[in-house]
Amino acid sequence: MIDPTKSQVVADWKHDRPLISCRVDPQSRFLFVAGEEGALSRFSLTDGARTPMPGGHETWVWSVAVTPDGATVLSGGADGKLCWWESAAVEPKPIRSLPAHVGWIRAIVISPDGTLAATAGNDLVIRVWKVADGSLVREWTAATKDILTLLFHPQGQSLFSGDLMGVVKCWDVATGTEQATFDAGELHSFNEGQYVHFGGVRGMAMSPDQKTLVAGGLYKASNPLGNVHEPLVLRFDIESKKLLSKNLCDGIPNGSLWRLLFLSDGTLVGVCGGNSGGFLLFWKSDAEKDFFRFKLPNIARDVDLYPDGGHLATTHHDGHLRVTRITT
Amino acid sequence: MKCDYACHQPDHLLARRRFLGTLSAGFVAGGLGLLTAPAAAAQLAKDQKRVILFNMHGGLSQLESWDPKPGTDTGGPFRAIPTSVPGIHISELLPQTAQQMHHLCIARGVNTAEDDHGKGAYMMVTGRREMPGADYPKVGAVFAKALSAEAASLPGHILIAPWGGGSRGNDAAYLGPNFSSISLGNGKPPANTARPDSIAAASDDARNDFRRKVNERFLSRRRTAITDAYTHSYEQAHAMMRERDSFDVTKESPSDQSRYGSHDFGRHCLLARRLLERGVSFIQVVHSNYDTHNENFNFHFEQLGEFDRPFAAFVADLADRGMLDSTLIVVLSEFGRTPYVNHLYGRDHWSKAWSVLLGGARIPRGTAYGKTNERGMEVVDGQVDHASLFHTYLQAVGIDSLGHFVVDGREIPVADPAAKPVEGLLT
Repeated sequence: MIDPTKSQVVADWKHDRPLISCRVDPQSRFLFVAGEEGALSRFSLTDGARTPMPGGHETWVWSVAVTPDGATVLSGGADGKLCWWESAAVEPKPIRSLPAHVGWIRAIVISPDGTLAATAGNDLVIRVWKVADGSLVREWTAATKDILTLLFHPQGQSLFSGDLMGVVKCWDVATGTEQATFDAGELHSFNEGQYVHFGGVRGMAMSPDQKTLVAGGLYKASNPLGNVHEPLVLRFDIESKKLLSKNLCDGIPNGSLWRLLFLSDGTLVGVCGGNSGGFLLFWKSDAEKDFFRFKLPNIARDVDLYPDGGHLATTHHDGHLRVTRITT
Repeated sequence: MKCDYACHQPDHLLARRRFLGTLSAGFVAGGLGLLTAPAAAAQLAKDQKRVILFNMHGGLSQLESWDPKPGTDTGGPFRAIPTSVPGIHISELLPQTAQQMHHLCIARGVNTAEDDHGKGAYMMVTGRREMPGADYPKVGAVFAKALSAEAASLPGHILIAPWGGGSRGNDAAYLGPNFSSISLGNGKPPANTARPDSIAAASDDARNDFRRKVNERFLSRRRTAITDAYTHSYEQAHAMMRERDSFDVTKESPSDQSRYGSHDFGRHCLLARRLLERGVSFIQVVHSNYDTHNENFNFHFEQLGEFDRPFAAFVADLADRGMLDSTLIVVLSEFGRTPYVNHLYGRDHWSKAWSVLLGGARIPRGTAYGKTNERGMEVVDGQVDHASLFHTYLQAVGIDSLGHFVVDGREIPVADPAAKPVEGLLT
């Protein structure tokens, strides 16, 4: 039974470089992790044994995705390269590498049926690829500033993008045409003293009933360059596109949400990092404030949910990959 | 040091006569024998030496700009790209500037040993460490003093920053307020430089003639730096009213405005070019902000994405217009940023090993001087500091940095006498 108040770290595996992002194999065998060394690693969920995944990228890897069958991993780098990997290979190496974007690939998502992958990043373009052969299916310009995150609708026909300016758009995957816009502008700020755009939509998730879209990041950015800002989630009604409510977190003056996930019981989870520390934050749909927060041992940068729905994997600046059990 | 030359020292009396004699033409400025050789004075005037300084406010990361370390644990996510000079690579965030590298020179061995913003900034623009009881003129005041033509109708020391404006800086120390900066906040012309429509030109001239006569009578009995500055301000304002179009970048061609970009920094760079072409001796353009303790890479992507294109266009234009030999380009900060990446994807202050970009005048073209180690942690060759760089800037436009100003009869070294120019940065 899910009970975040009983959270505890049940596994802690160390890597030698700060970690960035992670995704869990839907077949519950592996964790795929990107670090600041510019390569992927594969960790065994059984014993935490690490298998290096060298090659593929010239520099840091920002984004990772795994197909629903667990057979294929895709990685997107700051070099603009999109790489395919056989997830269970004894000595993993890229099976395909494409110059997919100009500059960073910040987000990769795979369609629920596993046939398509969507990528986006600093070049403001969304590209849709066939997972099977790497062919480009469609591309379109989707933002005026960096695209930070993507989300496939569970039914696979729509794709959501979130950008630095706090704009969430819903796109028809079959045509690349815009279907809807959600105003998450509160997640963006332009600081008049520091002359920087900041924040943006850093994580999105859809509720299990598919009625609510959440967009998360930060607000109250009084000092963007100094990490003075608080986490914020905006909840939208998907049908009307209207803002329903906000989720806040008191007492975290230096934090940003990096990813949002819904648990099967409708609880929203956010992973938070910043000078205030690393947290897993938990909200109920009917409450503004988090009902529980789990302090992680180090600043956190990404989170993914195990297929069992009861464990969360998090990546940390201290090079640790931690697994937190959230069930009784 | 207070600038109060009611002392009637002979050099000031001479300056006063020059001043009064040139009031109708503009305002007084001019060097005090600082040229490297007397014969060079005529040449300098002919060449109209100028200086442009880009101040990357907050501390530009050398690793995301002039000294990338790709593939190392300090390198960050951005790659290095080749430039127009074989063997010299800079960050991929500066692709347009990379194509102008044959005009430029990177000093990669800067070690200023000062990680405080205010102190570092002071050092980089005065060439000296801050000391209690001493104040030194900022680089712009020094160049305005040494390079500005006496008959110039525009100020010799201009600051273009995203903020402020309309005021005169307090940055000339003992050189006197005449050489303080005129601030063009966000590139706007100085305030109140348009003659009101209700005042006819003839009436305005008559008013000013009367004011000059009254001033002259007053100054014949009592003259101080303050009264000079007061008078000078009027004359400068009057001159600037006549030259108001100099501050209007919309007078530049649409294609140039497009090349420089529609954002503020692009407009500021184009304004700087326009003012240099009109004889302004020193311009500082501030680009802000690079103090990226948090999310260094996102912010450098944003800021350098804005900087690259107009800066590269500016360098190319100076070269195309034959102004590069007479114009020194400096791109500096108060310090660099830490090679290690912190837990916020940020970089903190780092003054032990960073870079300054130079170009034009006597600076060697298409070179990288100095070197940091593999991870960018320390200088391993060609170390320079704020003081030696300050000497170098001066020498690059023909000013004897080993000379001195005479203030109240006292000789004050133009630059830190304990330092000297970096010969490797001069041709």
